[in-house]
Amino acid sequence: MTATARETVLRRVRDALTLSSHPPEVEIPRAYRTGRTLPDEERLALFVDRLLDYKGRVHRCTADGTAAVLAEVLHGHRARRVGVPAGLDPAWLAAFDGEVVTDSPDIPAPRLDALDGVVTASAVSCAETGTVFLDGAAADQGRRALTLVPDLHVCVVDLSSVEAGVPEALARLRPTSPLTLISGPSATSDIELERVEGVHGPRTLEVVIRTDV
Amino acid sequence: MSSPTGPSTRNTFLGMPAVPPRSPYGTGHLRGERAFPEAAQDELGNEQLRRNLGRATHSIRAKRLALTGELPDWEQLRDAGSAIKTDTMNRLPELLEQLEQKVTEHGGTVHWARDGVEANEIVARLVKNTGSDEVIKVKSMATQETGLNEHLASEGITAHETDLAELIVQLADDRPSHILVPAIHRNRDEIREIFLKEIPGIDPGLDTVPAHLAAAARAYLREKFMTTRVAVSGANFGIAETGTLSVVESEGNGRMCLTLPETLITVMGIEKVLPRFQDLEVFLQLLPRSSTGERMNPYTSMWTGVTPGDGPQDFHLVLLDNGRTAALADRIGREALHCIRCSACLNVCPVYERTGGHAYGSTYPGPIGAVLTPQLAGMHGAGDDPNSSLPYASSLCGACFDACPVKIDIPSLLVELRHQHTEESGSTAEGLAMKAAAAVMKRPKLFTAAQKAAGLGRVLAGRDGTLSRLPAPFDGWSDSRDTPAPPKQSFRSWLASPEGAATMRAAAAEGAPHTDDAPEAP
Repeated sequence: MTATARETVLRRVRDALTLSSHPPEVEIPRAYRTGRTLPDEERLALFVDRLLDYKGRVHRCTADGTAAVLAEVLHGHRARRVGVPAGLDPAWLAAFDGEVVTDSPDIPAPRLDALDGVVTASAVSCAETGTVFLDGAAADQGRRALTLVPDLHVCVVDLSSVEAGVPEALARLRPTSPLTLISGPSATSDIELERVEGVHGPRTLEVVIRTDV
Repeated sequence: MSSPTGPSTRNTFLGMPAVPPRSPYGTGHLRGERAFPEAAQDELGNEQLRRNLGRATHSIRAKRLALTGELPDWEQLRDAGSAIKTDTMNRLPELLEQLEQKVTEHGGTVHWARDGVEANEIVARLVKNTGSDEVIKVKSMATQETGLNEHLASEGITAHETDLAELIVQLADDRPSHILVPAIHRNRDEIREIFLKEIPGIDPGLDTVPAHLAAAARAYLREKFMTTRVAVSGANFGIAETGTLSVVESEGNGRMCLTLPETLITVMGIEKVLPRFQDLEVFLQLLPRSSTGERMNPYTSMWTGVTPGDGPQDFHLVLLDNGRTAALADRIGREALHCIRCSACLNVCPVYERTGGHAYGSTYPGPIGAVLTPQLAGMHGAGDDPNSSLPYASSLCGACFDACPVKIDIPSLLVELRHQHTEESGSTAEGLAMKAAAAVMKRPKLFTAAQKAAGLGRVLAGRDGTLSRLPAPFDGWSDSRDTPAPPKQSFRSWLASPEGAATMRAAAAEGAPHTDDAPEAP
């Protein structure tokens, strides 16, 4: 009877472990910082500082000012056709006078390319690294292609969803959802290690932070 | 597929298991054509390369230090990362089986590949099944290692690299020279030339501004992203607990490949598995800061099997051995497998900085490559296997150990590999020179005679006072080093001379403590 590749590789792994004098069962020392909390003001200041460092653009507002700020941001980019995930709160774009296109899985990617921008919510953020986490299974964040193909991404973040560090933010995610972690706009350092914003992903990231939510 | 040799898994033999095979000699990109010293000689003559590399590695080094220094718990994160990797290696069989089970549960298909040849065949077959004759690729060390692009080409399938640096390398028909920045050896003028020559329909007025070069690549690749139906990627992490795979990147080309095509094929080395989703909290802090000197890379994608209505609906994971089990069987190899491919060790290495990545001849250059490559593909016997020169491609300064986010003790591993190599090969040119020296030193008369003869070396040394080539049996030493000319006189003969005796008396008098200005005892 001949072994499958699976059997062979697994047998080799077991053989290798038998052959090598490996260290006994290890305890993982998790003495690094976890479970951190920071007051709202500090978390906000840290998050904003890091977003700006990554060439993201930042706006602050309260929940009832969401529509006005989003309209202003989109107007600033002369965005006329804007994509949104199916579950986005329609009130958010109440003040926007352009066309709102609701995304669905059967819209092909080249048509997303024709949008001027996209507006989404977010799941969690990490202040220390300036990272916004999108949960693709959440109705207000939508499928991954929507936040990738258009050149402008406007993302609404509630301050209550901003965590201090990476461990605290990751702990709030659903691991089996498609997840996208975004730290600033698309960038490359491949030419003489000089950072250039904007290659294949959105060249502009606008983050609207709602400080009372 | 069948295994040519080896017992089946149901074998009841309880004795010593066979040594797991290494990856086959001469396939893929784990072995160069020439030994390191010879290949390095050419690269050292390339001043452009040295300038590009010097500037790049120095800037990335400074950024990394600033960003790792920012975290007060950096050392604790390194300790955790190191322990998680040790734990992973200990439990590799169960973790791989768990990963397979979870990926399958979420609608993916898992394939196993004993070596690179088999992995390439699996990928080519999967691509053909889709009816496509082209694929878009996310930068991947695993497929670079197996030589996937060349294999696909031989099967009539075109692979388009989409990472900007990989694209530059591919268009120039060149080889990557750095794990993270494959085109680190090219400057903006060279990149402009490559684009003008290779990208159809490009604006002939393109200048050398990096932003404009990046925009040209964006325009060129956009259509490929929109129309290609199959993508191939590697993986930075595969989580056993959940079946989640992850790719860490900057440009968005990774997100494009992982999201837009109908079929996604991911090739992952078996050592990249992590036990728990929680472990990402350690590695997502260690990896970006160590590799690009950023708090976080711009984009990280995570996916688990297939998600209806979002992303590829056909997902395949190819688990690759290709010498990893052979490495695992060895204490050194096992530690080298902890590597998370951040490239921090390359950027701090004085040898890499001068020779560049091509001199190593392998997909994995630099300090970690010098350890990992011989472990994955072997150092074959006493002969002239280029891989057997790699453990000597280091000054053992220790900078790589300090920089490694998972605390791989690269210098000690290199020393151990050198030991293994000399044990295995019996004698080397260098070893022979040392033996001759030992024989002479054991006999005082011979030693004195040799020292006198060495005085002649000054005549041979020429104006710069160095000997670039020693006579046999010492030529093994001088192959890779200049030797300072010996002094006019040996120390012993100088000491015996009147001049020597007078100097020693004067030194003794000067060194004797004076009673009046002796420091007070504390």
